[in-house]
Amino acid sequence: MSKQIQVSGLDAYYGSHKAIEDVSMTIEPRSITAFIGPSGCGKSTFLRTLNRMHEVIPGARVEGKVLLDGEDLYGATVEPVSVRRSIGMVFQRPNPFPTMSIYENVAAGLRLNGRVSKSQSDGIVEESLKGANLWNEVKDRLNKPGAGLSGGQQQRLCIARAIAVKPQVLLMDEPCSALDPISTLAIEDLMVKLKDQYTIVIVTHNMQQAARVSDRTAFFNLDGQGKPGKVVEMDETSRMFTNPSQKATEDYITGRFG
Amino acid sequence: MTTDVRTRGGGPATRRSASRRSHGEAPFRFAATGAGILLLVIMAAIAVFLISEAVPALQANKGSFFTELTWEPNGSQVFGIAALAFGTVLSSAIALVIATPVAIGVALFISHYAPRRMAGPLGYLVDLLAAVPSVVYGLWGVAFLVPLLKTPSEWLNAHLGWFPLFAGEGAIGGKTMLAGGVVLAIMILPIIAAISREVFLQTPKMNEEAALALGATRWEMIRMAVLPFGRPGVVSAAMLGLGRAMGETIAVALIFPATFDITFEILTPHGNSIAANIANGFGEATPIGRGALIASGLVLFVITLLVNMAARMIINRRKEYARSGA
Amino acid sequence: MTTVQHISAGRRVKDRLAQGLVYLAFALAVVPLVSVLWLVIKNGLARFDTEFLTHSMRNIGARDAGGGAYHAIIGTLEQVLLASLIAVPIGLLTAIYLTEYGNGGRLSRAISFFVDVMTGVPSVVTGLFVLAFWILFLGMPFSGLAGALALAILMMPTVVRSAEEMLRLVPNDLREASYALGVAKWRTIVKVVLPTAFTGIVTGVMLAVARVAGETAPLLLTVFFTDSINSDPFNGPQMGLPLYVFDQAGRPNDTAIDRAWTGALTLILIVMLLNLVARLIAWWRSPAKGR
Repeated sequence: MSKQIQVSGLDAYYGSHKAIEDVSMTIEPRSITAFIGPSGCGKSTFLRTLNRMHEVIPGARVEGKVLLDGEDLYGATVEPVSVRRSIGMVFQRPNPFPTMSIYENVAAGLRLNGRVSKSQSDGIVEESLKGANLWNEVKDRLNKPGAGLSGGQQQRLCIARAIAVKPQVLLMDEPCSALDPISTLAIEDLMVKLKDQYTIVIVTHNMQQAARVSDRTAFFNLDGQGKPGKVVEMDETSRMFTNPSQKATEDYITGRFG
Repeated sequence: MTTDVRTRGGGPATRRSASRRSHGEAPFRFAATGAGILLLVIMAAIAVFLISEAVPALQANKGSFFTELTWEPNGSQVFGIAALAFGTVLSSAIALVIATPVAIGVALFISHYAPRRMAGPLGYLVDLLAAVPSVVYGLWGVAFLVPLLKTPSEWLNAHLGWFPLFAGEGAIGGKTMLAGGVVLAIMILPIIAAISREVFLQTPKMNEEAALALGATRWEMIRMAVLPFGRPGVVSAAMLGLGRAMGETIAVALIFPATFDITFEILTPHGNSIAANIANGFGEATPIGRGALIASGLVLFVITLLVNMAARMIINRRKEYARSGA
Repeated sequence: MTTVQHISAGRRVKDRLAQGLVYLAFALAVVPLVSVLWLVIKNGLARFDTEFLTHSMRNIGARDAGGGAYHAIIGTLEQVLLASLIAVPIGLLTAIYLTEYGNGGRLSRAISFFVDVMTGVPSVVTGLFVLAFWILFLGMPFSGLAGALALAILMMPTVVRSAEEMLRLVPNDLREASYALGVAKWRTIVKVVLPTAFTGIVTGVMLAVARVAGETAPLLLTVFFTDSINSDPFNGPQMGLPLYVFDQAGRPNDTAIDRAWTGALTLILIVMLLNLVARLIAWWRSPAKGR
């Protein structure tokens, strides 16, 4: 299920403003890749180009190639809808559907793909909630609104919702930035557990988090205000944090700026 | 900066009254509070004076006000609200059934489908529907819509005549409940569309994105995130539209043939409403007749008041929910 | 076998169908507007002449051609002006109470709720109220003023709501800056808050005026009919333009129907003009507001 992503020469725009320029990288399957960098350097924008969520914003567009196991996601015959079906996403702030129960939230994506029998859906919901380390906490109140859970639980609910449709890649856009340390730890444990099955990409502001969970890290930066963001360096996380090849990376990691 | 705004409490306080207590404060505050209270008094006065002027006529009524079909307060002094209330409810219900789906479509069009640059002007176009005076819709209804509906009405009657609403013998089409209902639908469409549009636009972006990220098409995203979120708003918008349809007067006064009976045949020339009857009957009303019309207006007032209060309570509850939830 | 599966035909069809229906709904909403405007212009232009705009219906027989709506236009302008003179100060003061003095207390919540409910009071009911209170109870005559009272009640909630919205947009910093200079609260409201919100309030008032200018039902019950010019709104029956259209439309001959259409055209022109001016003021105030 887990697949490789290859990006080459990717530019992303908001209207006439170029947000990222000439990004090329390979994201390996069954691993966690972290994007770090100062605010506004385009790492979230880049993440959103990987499942074509970028173009949801009016005026936004992308140039370049994103290959998922060799297939160009921006190819003429590829629909954004099916790309997003294959590449799941978890957002910065937990966003369960406020009108739906816990069960319905997890099953929301399933229902899109035709009729699912009750027993099938029950099975997948349980499996996904277990996968998201949430099952034990909610199994007695599956019919309660998802919005009633704590922030950390809501975020794990969103992860369960994302993995219920069995995507090949899971994108996480600062998934812990709105959470307390204990919930953050729970999500980090979950990520490590999930990387056995998924290609995971995470954007984070938290350097320790990148160092703790990721296998590879990409450092994004921009030359100045209003300039597009670029990838400065990408490497094994362990090497990047101990012996970066670029001065800018070292300065950022050691807290000299950003 | 200059301004024309003057107030009643405007005392001659000097411009540099830095340390002095301004003696205009109390009168101004009093005027503002008084104006607010005056509004409440007007609402109460509407009820009080409608009742007080209706009572003599109700006492003179030789029939039962709530069950009698005929309306002859000027002659035999037998009059009842039954047929009129029925017509008011039926015509408004037709209007609501037609207008609500269209209004939801219009609202979605402007909030989620139209190109962003065009959404504003196109929304304004729909708002213009509300700016056309009622009497003009009446004129248009009689001259254009009534003839236009003739053929479809005959077709419905011929092919779906088994359905009670489309049943009827003899003359089909003309000045019917259907024609009145369609005109009312056009008139309430802008208000339902405008409120629905607002609530649809308030759907949290993050919920829309969550749906899209699951691989939902635009329509699936709307069903997953936008419609459930907007439902209470749409319900109350429809109720406000219902209230407006029931109180609408002149357009239906021109279209309805002013019959006094209860029938579900919306394709035959029948139809009347409380408001239309007031407009049509006022000219030759005797004092008792005027009292009777005021009594019918009181009934209309109470019905619309209840519908509107219910709608407002739903909106207000939703506002609190949205504030705490988002 | 590709890695990214295509979405099923059923889902695609549903998405397209929904899009089609949404576009259709919009078209359905615009058709009546175009149809109404076209018919009013086509039928109204026949009698849209100087005689129509400068003559009344006095001494025009039941089947005569000619005649005009001068008396009705005068009546409408005076009634709407009077209604505004009554409704705007009350509405504005109420809005000031709600935003500046109410503090979300019980009274302000009650007023706020009933202002909303008041927007739903049928126009014919306000007419009946003025009839019951002003004419039957107080024994005042049918007059333009009575009509204006009914229109004023209709206007008030709209004025309150739009003014309130505008007053709430005034940043609190401005108020505090004024207080810091030692300016009393009411002077701050009159000299700082109201001027800041002025254009927005004018827009709201114009829209309210446009709404009541087309109202027929309240006039029907309060100003009575007349075919003659009466420029005194305080005494005697007066005509109004919407009422004129209703009256002429009910007369069973073609010359009257022609006059009704021309009256409708004049009425729409007045209402649309008010609307347009209001929107222009709003647009001029905030060109970047978008939808």
